[in-house]
Amino acid sequence: MIVALDTILQGVLLGGLYALFAAGLSLIFGVMRLVNLAHGDVIVVAAFALLTLTQRLGLGLAPALLLTAPGMFVLGYALQYLLLNRVIGKDILPPLLITFGLSIFAQNGLLELFSADSRRLPANGLENASLALAPGLAIGIVPLMTLAAAIAVIVALNQLFYRTAMGRAFRAVSDDPTTAQLMGIDPKRLFAIAMGIAFAVAAIAALFLGIRSNFDPSIGPARLIFAFEAVIIGGLGSLWGTLAGGVLLGLAQTIGAEINPEWQILAGHVAFLFVLLARPRGLFPRAVD
Amino acid sequence: MSLLATHALTAFYGDFQALYGVDIDLEPGETVAIIGANGAGKSTLLRALVGLLSAEPDAVTFDGRPIGGLAAAQVMRLGIAMVPEGRRMFPSLTVEENLRIGGDHRKGDGRWNLATVYELFPALRERRRQPGAVLSGGQQQMAAIGRALMSNPRLLLCDEISLGLAPIVINDIYAALPNIRQGGVGIVIVEQDIARALSVSSRVYCLQEGRVTLRGRPSELTREAIQEAYFGH
Amino acid sequence: MSAIAAPPRFRVEIGTRLSLVAALLAALVLATLFAAPFLVGRGVLKDLFFVLTLVALAQYWNLLAGYAGIISIGQQAYVGFGGYMMFALTAFAGLDPAPAIVLAGALGALIAIPTARLVFRLEGAYLAVGTWVVAEGFRLVFAQIKSLGGGTGASLPTAVTNDAWSVRLLADLLGLRAAVARDRLAYWLAVVVAAGTIALVYRVLRSRQGLALAAIRDNGSAAGSIGIDEARTKLWVYVVAGFGASLVGALTFFQTARISPDAAFSVTDFTAYVLFVVVIGGIGTIEGPILGSLVLYFMRDWLADFGPFYLMGLGALAIAVMLFFPRGLWGSFAEKFDIHLFPIRRRLIVRDGGPAS
Repeated sequence: MIVALDTILQGVLLGGLYALFAAGLSLIFGVMRLVNLAHGDVIVVAAFALLTLTQRLGLGLAPALLLTAPGMFVLGYALQYLLLNRVIGKDILPPLLITFGLSIFAQNGLLELFSADSRRLPANGLENASLALAPGLAIGIVPLMTLAAAIAVIVALNQLFYRTAMGRAFRAVSDDPTTAQLMGIDPKRLFAIAMGIAFAVAAIAALFLGIRSNFDPSIGPARLIFAFEAVIIGGLGSLWGTLAGGVLLGLAQTIGAEINPEWQILAGHVAFLFVLLARPRGLFPRAVD
Repeated sequence: MSLLATHALTAFYGDFQALYGVDIDLEPGETVAIIGANGAGKSTLLRALVGLLSAEPDAVTFDGRPIGGLAAAQVMRLGIAMVPEGRRMFPSLTVEENLRIGGDHRKGDGRWNLATVYELFPALRERRRQPGAVLSGGQQQMAAIGRALMSNPRLLLCDEISLGLAPIVINDIYAALPNIRQGGVGIVIVEQDIARALSVSSRVYCLQEGRVTLRGRPSELTREAIQEAYFGH
Repeated sequence: MSAIAAPPRFRVEIGTRLSLVAALLAALVLATLFAAPFLVGRGVLKDLFFVLTLVALAQYWNLLAGYAGIISIGQQAYVGFGGYMMFALTAFAGLDPAPAIVLAGALGALIAIPTARLVFRLEGAYLAVGTWVVAEGFRLVFAQIKSLGGGTGASLPTAVTNDAWSVRLLADLLGLRAAVARDRLAYWLAVVVAAGTIALVYRVLRSRQGLALAAIRDNGSAAGSIGIDEARTKLWVYVVAGFGASLVGALTFFQTARISPDAAFSVTDFTAYVLFVVVIGGIGTIEGPILGSLVLYFMRDWLADFGPFYLMGLGALAIAVMLFFPRGLWGSFAEKFDIHLFPIRRRLIVRDGGPAS
């Protein structure tokens, strides 16, 4: 019984990390119908940036994040404005191929700069701290912070989307870019801002990824797949749905791992495929699409 | 100086030429109607004015300033607002958000804001929290006009605002025009309904196959002349 | 009153004069390829094998994407599946490699059917990622199968590689060592597969099915309104692509004689390279992937020493080409000069009689 509760708890907490991975992907697709195949690699790039700041420059984690997140925003903005804005349109192939090319480029660039060694962000033992709830039931502090961060990010994004003029602009542009121009909105600038935000969120995800697990240049694609599965399970168009999707994916994986450690990731794939069969639009899709 | 003027305006959709040297002009506060059959180039003209179609810089002047070829978002910020054909409400926004977004990106001074727009179209106030696209055709049209007004434009372009609406609804919408005109805003109305166009404007242009075939004050134009200009025979 | 002119007579043409020359050249190239083992060493043969299998894979991918509008970044699922099926059929069922390879292709086609049911639930870019997820699923499943080597993989037993009936036959006929005979068998099969694929894709695109595919790519729902069954055609294309990728996979891993989940389901080897080839060469053309494969081969040859820079270079080149030559290098060239070696598009030729000629 305690084991079951513990499994569920760990699954939910893992889901927080997946929700963080997925939030950026969901945002981008919602605003500009683009899937960034390099999304996972963006998270890894941010992780290495954090690593460099903490290890080489000796900064603490929080200051490093405060530097990295805006830096990633600028990188995402530039990437969208200079590169991807040129190929956004009806044909999905060019953005797919370009982001795939970027993924290959990033992975190998990181490999060149940092080698294939496994790394971890220095956290002064925080990664081992935990809160004991009951005998046999403990919550890791970092997973808890991760879930809290995921919730905070999603709340913040929802506020942005539903309470601000910029959020109105995002939704309008995703509905009808031409009429949005008639409202004085420049879709290109808006897309760039959205990508910048997604990159900044990736930096937050990278922080928690890097504290709790090892990372190396090649783990990007797997993170993309987790993010993607979380978005599909949760439902397109809804950020809270993405959170739910992340949690469900985390649960599926943790339960799978409980049965057989080798089945962890496969269990996630199975859950994803199952949702795909039963509910192709996800569990909590937005009504209007 | 005219508020708006076009000089030998041409427009293309790819290789297809839609406008062949159109000259129109509008004084501040004036209402001008553009009539013509389907495909005559009326909507094309508005799109070229607002920046959705490219044009030579000097082909369109606003307050004497060349604006041809500017991006639509820029043109909007100069004070030209369009009520697009088919209303084009944003489905992901509520009625009120649709109105708000009209004014988000231009600090125009004028009397139009949420309160005054709701006064003009009371039906919208009750439905302000509903998604923009679930309103009836007439209400959507009102919302689209209100949305354009929210930027306090100096020139309002109305593209086929009576399209697909019942006559009684069209009456309600046109009844709002005098109120709108009071602010001194120039209005260009594209209309398929000739009678309406003539009744509401001080001057009329007729387009046929991308050219101006008739211009003048409604009182000066005979039915025969209009028919000739409209259909070509 | 004007007399009514005689109605114009017209016919539909596909071939061009250039394509006739190209056909003769192709026959010549094919003959040379078959003769190659007698002309070049094992190293070059291996390189040619790589190019041939890449060309085949790219043609199938092209068929999927360029004509059915299905972007897949998960064809490695079938490559690996085909490889593993070939292993199972030869090592466990004792089949000879040559028929085993073909059977592996057929099995790939079979498994593509339920897979399609799953992935077709998604659309566009999400469909693409979905195919990748499926490939990852395949990889993880096969990593669990201990009898096929599990996570670390397995080698083909010599009973299969050197003692197989077809290898022995070839060795005896040509007086070669078994290992060399196996290499040549694999190579010749690759020539057949590549040529066969090009011929198949060409035939498909020239046929009514090809028109159907082009119609679907241009406008799915409009195609439906003129009686083309979009769903069935897409499924059919996906199954053929699955067959093709499985065939290539079976052949590839017969050649290397060793398989592991990571190698079999490698995104880099079987999707990234294919994407690169198709992008560089041009989507939706038959000549494009051939050109692209050659470009990739030479780049691999020259830059392989530079490690990660080589892949970075590929990525950057692909991005640049996609930005400035969206129809690929061949595609832009062909458009500009109206050159089609494997003409697919039909031209309407109106003869005299009407004012329209």
